Amino acid sequence: MIVASPKPITELKQLIDRHKKVLFVGCGTCVTVCLAGGEREVGIAAYATRMARKLAGQPVELDQITIERQCENEFIKELAEPIGRCEAVVSFGCGAGVQAIAERFPGKPVYAALNTNFLGILEEQAVWTEKCMACGDCMLAEFGGICPVTRCAKHMLNGPCGGSTEDRCEVAEDRPCAWQLIYKRLSSIGQLDRLEKIQPPKNWGIAWSGGARKIVRNEHRV
Amino acid sequence: MNVIATHAEGSIAQGAWKPEILAFCCNYCAYAAADLAGSRRMQYPSNVRVVHVPCTGKIEMEHILSAFEKGIDGVLIAGCLEGGCHFIEGNLRAKKRSEYLREMLDQIGVGRERLRMVNLSAAMAPTFVERVKEIVETVEGLGPNPLRKRGEP
Repeated sequence: MIVASPKPITELKQLIDRHKKVLFVGCGTCVTVCLAGGEREVGIAAYATRMARKLAGQPVELDQITIERQCENEFIKELAEPIGRCEAVVSFGCGAGVQAIAERFPGKPVYAALNTNFLGILEEQAVWTEKCMACGDCMLAEFGGICPVTRCAKHMLNGPCGGSTEDRCEVAEDRPCAWQLIYKRLSSIGQLDRLEKIQPPKNWGIAWSGGARKIVRNEHRV
Repeated sequence: MNVIATHAEGSIAQGAWKPEILAFCCNYCAYAAADLAGSRRMQYPSNVRVVHVPCTGKIEMEHILSAFEKGIDGVLIAGCLEGGCHFIEGNLRAKKRSEYLREMLDQIGVGRERLRMVNLSAAMAPTFVERVKEIVETVEGLGPNPLRKRGEP
């Protein structure tokens, strides 16, 4: 899922300092699961922002709504009426959600309340780790299901680098060496022979360095 | 949580300012300690209103923010001693949440000193009285919640 984290209240307050009536929009999907932009977080942020604005002598009226998914027009439709009553929108969705709302309502300022961090998983209660960089050319089969593109700090496809200490990455002690994990994993599934293959340079042209990507699946088009 | 609204709004309507404090008290410790303090005829400031909760882990952040928005001057969260929670770790969760909220109250401009969490057992009536007096004293020093409407006591 997409993992995001809330911006500080001071920044949130500054984002909307020119508006007097604002709609806070939560998203019921990824950012609800990562406790950053669901109904509850929207409520807490609204309390805090209202108080901060009142103390600054510029009271603000805040409406709140949380929709199922901000990245789909089908769900964004529900916002038409509440957005119509407000000067601006603060989206508690990921970057995709913020932009989807902005595209749908060209006449309204839309601000992001979260910092969108990465594609990851919940490791334990309230701990998330990055697992995928969406490079567009998945190589997980080669590495026993552990992604060196994401989890090796140097993105090495022919590792390890030699900088690791025991099984820790040299970049941060709390980070496991992806190549150590790959070795252990391939060893446990009896596929160590995969490491004998020298990986050719990766095609980064289909990753993010080629600009914003677009996928068209003709078989599903109507 | 209507008690929060009623209490905060009531205090605003009064004359000379006296700090109004909400004390969220866990059923298994602080609430019993407050009860014991009463049975022992111990005196503590009357401007503290006790909200009986099943565990401090049950207190949502929204409850506390709502109380401050309505004008309460200080909030005390009184839970079990660490390691002694009836629900194992409710008080530890409350501790983390109150630390997060204290930081947020600073960002808002209300100030972290108005929220405090304490730990005690059901037998510690004198400690309860002492902690209540301490927060009342702190909040008296800070003055009224700045969110009270201008011109109100």
